[in-house]
Amino acid sequence: MEELVNIFIQSIFIDNMVFAYFLGMCSYLAVSKTVKTSVGMGFAVIFVLGFTVPINFLLEKFVLKSGALTWIDDSFIDIDLSFLSFIMFIAIIASMVQLVEMIVEKISPALYGSLGIFLPLIAVNCAILGGSLFMQERAYNNITEATVFGLGSGIGWFLAIVAIAAIREKIRYSHVPAPLRGLGITFIITGLMGIGFMSFMGIKL
Amino acid sequence: MRDKKEALFSKKNRKLLIDPLNDNNPVTTQVLGICSALAITVQLKPAVVMAISVLVVMSVANVVVSLMRNLIPSRIRIIVQLVVIAALVILVDQVLKAFVYDVSKELSVFVGLIITNCIIMGRLEAFALGNGVWKSFLDGLGNAFGYGWILIAVAFFRELLGAGTLFGYPVIEKLGLYEIGYENNGMMILPPMALVTVGIIIWIQRMKNRDLIES
Repeated sequence: MEELVNIFIQSIFIDNMVFAYFLGMCSYLAVSKTVKTSVGMGFAVIFVLGFTVPINFLLEKFVLKSGALTWIDDSFIDIDLSFLSFIMFIAIIASMVQLVEMIVEKISPALYGSLGIFLPLIAVNCAILGGSLFMQERAYNNITEATVFGLGSGIGWFLAIVAIAAIREKIRYSHVPAPLRGLGITFIITGLMGIGFMSFMGIKL
Repeated sequence: MRDKKEALFSKKNRKLLIDPLNDNNPVTTQVLGICSALAITVQLKPAVVMAISVLVVMSVANVVVSLMRNLIPSRIRIIVQLVVIAALVILVDQVLKAFVYDVSKELSVFVGLIITNCIIMGRLEAFALGNGVWKSFLDGLGNAFGYGWILIAVAFFRELLGAGTLFGYPVIEKLGLYEIGYENNGMMILPPMALVTVGIIIWIQRMKNRDLIES
């Protein structure tokens, strides 16, 4: 249990997708103009990460890892399919995103309208594939840990995008040097927020 | 296919190659491919390797998708593009692992993340799907160079100011700046400074080219 809480806190604050690894920056910059759309985008990312990381964990454990196919037959012990992981992970992610898109369209047409073209773009959001690749690299022990990691990373991303959207809404009223307006100042503020988030480093329960 | 009447390096084609270097830069103007541009720029070596990998994947992917552009049903085009890119990235990853293992370890997940690098997807969607092979190839090259020089510029400043080296060569020490009291700025190695560096590059670029300023 303690281990799970640790992974959760760590994936939200310390290994924050945006501030520590710059994952999902493209949609982070594109969708963060208003708080409302960024909340929708954030939830979509939490949802997709929460599903794809455990599914890819199972895929990794039972298909891709070296010797993972022994549950079919012992003679498969030498087979190592891990070079296929990129293509398998991205296939799972692309199909999951399609699913989320259909669900959102059905449940909340308003949200679907406002997210517009960004939902399909979740498929190419590096945060999602990054989540799966980090899961593979850090070799979590069981599916609960992987799920907690996926959800934690999603929540971390959610926090980051909502925070920057709130700042961007306010910054419209301030006097920013013209060449810095828009993209430039967003980069620098994200950097400052990253410095803030670094103060979480070393927290362990 | 390529228009027969047009020369290989006509003005239009040259523009495809040169535009993304500055005015239409993928990182600072189109806001694509930021993720990897920031994460692997602590040192020059991984940045150069990354730039070359992206160059290869991008030009080949552009050519392949452009060849197939009339065959791909538009409903499933994203998945087709992802498969093309993923296959190329697997090749690049295996080559890196075989020849420059230490750099490949350093890049860790970011080689895999070339797949979701929005520059590649973005250019495939915006250009290769609607243009001929040669033009798409030039567009891929141009955008990859535009991405590459930002990457290398950021890495140059971060390595020089943060660690005092270039490609691992101790420049500052050889210049003897430490003896007169110069100190490395450890801040530059930390992730947030990558963002600030790119922010400053954008600032300088837009100061030179006022058309790019957002209202």
